[in-house]
Amino acid sequence: MKKHFLTIENLARRFPGKDGELTVFENANFSIEKGEFVCIIGHSGCGKSTIMNVLAGLDAPTEGHVFMDGTEVSGPSLDRGVVFQNYSLLPWLSALQNVTFAVRSRWPGWSKEQVREHCYKYLEMVGLGDGAELRKPSQLSGGMRQRVSIARAFAIQPKLLLLDEPFGALDALTRGTIQDELVKICEATHQTIFMITHDVDEAILLADRILLMTNGPHARIAESVKVDLQHPRQRGKIIHDPGYYPIRNHLVDFLVRRSEELSGAVTPETVAQAAGAYPAEVNPAAAAGAGGSSPRITAAKAG
Amino acid sequence: MLQSLNIRAALVSIGLLVLMLSVWEFANQPPEATKALTEYEMLMGGADQEARVPPPSKVIGLAIKELSDPFYDVGPNDKGIGIQLAYSIYRVLTGFFLAALIAIPIGFLIGMSPLMYKALNPFIQVLRPISPLAWMPLALFIIKDSETSSIFVIFICSIWPMLINTAFGVAGVRNDWINVARTHELSPLRTATTVILPAAAPTILTGMRISIGIAWLVIVAAEMLVGGTGIGYYVWNEWNNLDLTSVIFSILMIGVVGMLLDLALSAATRLVQYEE
Repeated sequence: MKKHFLTIENLARRFPGKDGELTVFENANFSIEKGEFVCIIGHSGCGKSTIMNVLAGLDAPTEGHVFMDGTEVSGPSLDRGVVFQNYSLLPWLSALQNVTFAVRSRWPGWSKEQVREHCYKYLEMVGLGDGAELRKPSQLSGGMRQRVSIARAFAIQPKLLLLDEPFGALDALTRGTIQDELVKICEATHQTIFMITHDVDEAILLADRILLMTNGPHARIAESVKVDLQHPRQRGKIIHDPGYYPIRNHLVDFLVRRSEELSGAVTPETVAQAAGAYPAEVNPAAAAGAGGSSPRITAAKAG
Repeated sequence: MLQSLNIRAALVSIGLLVLMLSVWEFANQPPEATKALTEYEMLMGGADQEARVPPPSKVIGLAIKELSDPFYDVGPNDKGIGIQLAYSIYRVLTGFFLAALIAIPIGFLIGMSPLMYKALNPFIQVLRPISPLAWMPLALFIIKDSETSSIFVIFICSIWPMLINTAFGVAGVRNDWINVARTHELSPLRTATTVILPAAAPTILTGMRISIGIAWLVIVAAEMLVGGTGIGYYVWNEWNNLDLTSVIFSILMIGVVGMLLDLALSAATRLVQYEE
């Protein structure tokens, strides 16, 4: 078996409920390569955030393991940066101090000058500088706050960056601008990213691969969809790519119809999803003849 | 608009003050003597058969005299108002800060540990409603010093609001912020000082503000009991001297100092306040 940067093995999370256990998700198997951008899509309640919390080390799985760079993940670490949906900036600190806070905990030995320079580099990367960085989060707009949060996460240069619906609370225009910025930053830094989203277009724009989850409870990762579109991508141009709509239709079809059909107990169609199996790999763009020449379903290999 | 509202409010305040003082002044005049005073009446200071509350003009006169020389000291029963207030403030602040020293760490402990919360809660619930003055005999017996005993009474009455507010503030710190601390691998001590303390600071300061208010209420009663020095003793001493002008004047001074203590704490609260 090939060594992956991040490996998730047979992950399951169950909560004790009134009548027995409540299984949020189970049999989650997937891997992420270095420099890859992976999105995960699914309906509310399918356990996306729980998976993210397990990867962040904020929650422990009931079953299964997470390995990153050859070591098992247990507990939070500065190797895994998190951008929370509600920004989670400390409101009594200015934007700059929020980033400084993170940089200091990453490199406690750094001099003041060094920390400051590093913070400004990342604040400028997200378009914050010229005075706005001295304001408190309450004096910043939602978009600005999320920019600070992104700067804070990138500034600690984590091996893996976890984004939990980072643009969920933003209006469509702001979301677009920050998505563009994130695309640029990702092209420049080749950061490994795992992101939760509800937005199909956002996932196609950003991701190399999209994991699709069936509805909970007993949610599973049903498919791994390859986004076979050229880099660098641009929001305006990507929709004209012949591969765009096959991917988009595939995702929407999954969310509207198949996520429900595939949910719950194991059906003949999901036999391949038995314990230890990786999700089916799908390349809608190629299948539509737009990208490579691989068949629709390339593999359902055992893990 | 706000400016003019403030000015109008000030005008109404002054108007009410003048009205109150003049009613007090003129409703309180002793009856005019219609005939020559007897020797006894002259000895008693007028033809009036009953004692009257001194009018504001007398109180203001005394206030000017006392405040122009607040720190004179001519023996145990005649000290300036400044000295008496200073004794009381010293006792209140000593007891208050000793209480803060104990209450804030224990409040942190209770707020962060549900076990300690459950374990200590019965003690707090029983000890908190006890009138601080009820501790006085026990304190006098054990400490054997009236000065220290009154500080202890202040300590015991200021500890509860601070303890409960600290625990409440610490327990209520948003989980997101704790998660930020965890994902940045902060040690428990660093988490407490850099995340939980600033997050809970406004609630803690509110507790301290309640405490200092209660402490200032209690010190007057405590000093009436133990005697010697302090504004509470001063009020009681002047009552024994039947000098009601001084009693009224010291009541006003107690109010002014209490207000200043509250203003100081509210300014401190504003310093640590943050907007989410």
